[in-house]
Amino acid sequence: MTGRNLPPLSLHIPEPDFRPGDEVDYSDFEMPVAGAVARPATETAPAAIRDMSYVMIRVLDDEGRAQGMWDPRLAPETLLKMLRSMALTRAFDDRLYRAQRQGKTSFYMKCTGEEATSVAAAHALAYDDMCFPSYRQQGLLIARDWPIVDMINQIYSNRADRLKGRQLPIMYSAREANFFSISGNLTTQYPQAVGWAMASASRGDTRIAAAWCGEGSTAEGDFHSAMTFAAVYRAPVILNVINNQWAISSFSGFAGAEATTFAARAIGYGIAGLRVDGNDALAVYAATQWAADRARNNHGPTLIEHFTYRAEGHSTSDDPTKYRSADEGVKWPLGDPIARLKKHVIGLGIWDEERHAAMDKELAEMVRAAQKEAEKNGILADGLKQSFDSMFEDVFEVMPDHLRDQQKQMLEERRAAGI
Amino acid sequence: MSIATESAGETRTMNMIQAINSALDVAMGRDDATVVLGEDVGFFGGVFKATEGLQKKYGKTRVFDTPISENGIIGVAVGMATYGLRPIPEIQFADYIYPGLDQLVSEAARLRYRSAGEFTAPITVRTPFGGGIFGGQTHSQSPEALFAHVSGLKTVIPSNPYDAKGLLIAAIEDNDPVIFFEPKRIYNGPFDGHYDRPVSPWSRFAESAVPDGYYTVPLGKAKLVREGDDVTILAYGTMVHVARGVIDETGIDAELIDLRTLVPLDVETIVASVRKTGRCVVVHEATRTGGFGAELSALVQEHCFHSLEAPVERVTGWDTPYPHSLEWAYFPGPVRLTEALKRVMQD
Ligand SMILES: Cc1ncc(C[n+]2csc(CCOP(=O)(O)OP(=O)(O)O)c2C)c(N)n1
Ligand SMILES: [Mg+2]
Repeated sequence: MTGRNLPPLSLHIPEPDFRPGDEVDYSDFEMPVAGAVARPATETAPAAIRDMSYVMIRVLDDEGRAQGMWDPRLAPETLLKMLRSMALTRAFDDRLYRAQRQGKTSFYMKCTGEEATSVAAAHALAYDDMCFPSYRQQGLLIARDWPIVDMINQIYSNRADRLKGRQLPIMYSAREANFFSISGNLTTQYPQAVGWAMASASRGDTRIAAAWCGEGSTAEGDFHSAMTFAAVYRAPVILNVINNQWAISSFSGFAGAEATTFAARAIGYGIAGLRVDGNDALAVYAATQWAADRARNNHGPTLIEHFTYRAEGHSTSDDPTKYRSADEGVKWPLGDPIARLKKHVIGLGIWDEERHAAMDKELAEMVRAAQKEAEKNGILADGLKQSFDSMFEDVFEVMPDHLRDQQKQMLEERRAAGI
Repeated sequence: MSIATESAGETRTMNMIQAINSALDVAMGRDDATVVLGEDVGFFGGVFKATEGLQKKYGKTRVFDTPISENGIIGVAVGMATYGLRPIPEIQFADYIYPGLDQLVSEAARLRYRSAGEFTAPITVRTPFGGGIFGGQTHSQSPEALFAHVSGLKTVIPSNPYDAKGLLIAAIEDNDPVIFFEPKRIYNGPFDGHYDRPVSPWSRFAESAVPDGYYTVPLGKAKLVREGDDVTILAYGTMVHVARGVIDETGIDAELIDLRTLVPLDVETIVASVRKTGRCVVVHEATRTGGFGAELSALVQEHCFHSLEAPVERVTGWDTPYPHSLEWAYFPGPVRLTEALKRVMQD
């Protein structure tokens, strides 16, 4: 029997570098140089750019200057619009998080520190490209100028909620904004995005699809099914992995990050993989643009890993001080995406501190006003805001008899209870 | 494994989470083949804190976090079990068990049968289920009927801390795969369905007196919660408390049976009760069509036809996904149950 003279086997269990109370030391983090990575032609075969999965595309340097071939050379309006959308996303998160704390609704999730990964991506896509988000891509809707009052109505499950109070807060759906209904079940949107892209290709359309999931979610089988189908059919799809280092209390090592990068998942499937600094809006824009060009020209799918940090708790149900060091976020070497883009536009001479402060004030006021507007339609805490009838609608297109009977029974029940 | 003649130890007041934690602790202390795995169960101790402190006590190779893959969690649990371990995987919410369905239904449940006993999968899948916490459709479902329908899988649902601990230890020791549904609405205190009233903590109830040490509550044995003459109420999980509340409020002399285990089912206790009362109401939070209530209703009809004085009624959730804001119109609360009892008691 082999192995007899070997030491006994041992099971490896990943462990993060830092836990609560630990002082965080990122000195062995090698900061990739902005502008150092070459930009391959968009038609390059995946096998020729495998190294792209192990480097990191960065455009903004420490001084906020745009460097290298990946600089998307955006017009000032676009840069300022991205900055504004990111700032609005943050202001929105802050206010709605507080609304949950005030008991106005049941749940909220912030995307603080990750705003660039959806806002900059949305700007690089066409408006009619179809987005299949996870629950942390509110920045897509905001970048697409979706009315924030509509989002708040959903968060409050109030009378004006387009989803009729059926979904957990922030599980938006906005077909007109080409934003797919968010599922609470992780990564289900991934194969769906691939399927949408396959349909678009089979119909000779020009639209592409994009999906987002967290790094933790890449462990789900759906991620791998999506990758296989995307590769086999060369689907015109962009598969984004938001590597914010944490999945609730589990660090990225539990999704495989000790051994390789998430971008490198692409290699085994024969898909193009890019790894970008997710806190660098210009890098996110440039990578998305590259992948979109590629998809639109029939060169197939791209997997993009956005390297970022979840600056806040997982959700309002979470307390991150229980499992990670608070110092981690403070010292995160890739900085804050809003501060970095702000520095860039100030450096370009198209923005300044005064205007930024004024914008922040204006956006906070705008969110406050939208919240007030939404509250006219009620808040979850006020009680049942939807018509009881609506509960039985949309289970099927046409309500079958058994549901009609149950609906009747429910209404009788309400009467019996005097409600 | 040392089957000690140890006593159940001193009795302490526990809520359901503490009782489940204590069950895991006792099981892990007695048998070093037990392992706990699942999303966030290690350092953090689980999103509901059911595994708190266990990693520290038993080490990282016996209590560990997993990748977010329910399919993987159940699949590796089956593999570990076939090696000879006794895995206790946690699925964070029952709503997220579906990616693991194939491993549970096609593999764990059938391994003994298809290998004629050569391989077995003594795993206990713990998972919080049920609504009433404003969790929306992906934190509220009650999918127990799907699992009860699978041959080779035992389905257990406790309704209080004492039973939770005893049943969980029994499930872990059982040599067949068990799915153990934890009614999360009553983790901290029983819930009578009156969502507008404050919930009393478990400490005010007798079932929170839980022995520190080892004991079991056998699988397949229902519990007679209350004796009564006029009607039998069959319930499990959270609905046991809703039923108890309705009995207290209405004064109906109902016999209340907490099933505790759906598979194997304690048919004897059910039949004896319905033969006595002549009436039966079946209660569950899950959707109605094809729900476990249908099975119960059929069994009662088969065994008690000649004793029945009224049709068996089912009180259930509606056949819709679990809505967020209309949660309380969906939940089979006191009004729905009272109405059903009135109908059954009419003639
Ligand atoms: C199928 C499924 N399993 C488990 C969960 C519970 N859950 C919700 S979010 C989450 C962590 C996801 O982490 P990640 O993918 O990294 O995304 P992030 O929250 O960091 O954006 C888990 C385990 C779920 N929603 N769906
Ligand atoms: Mg994450």
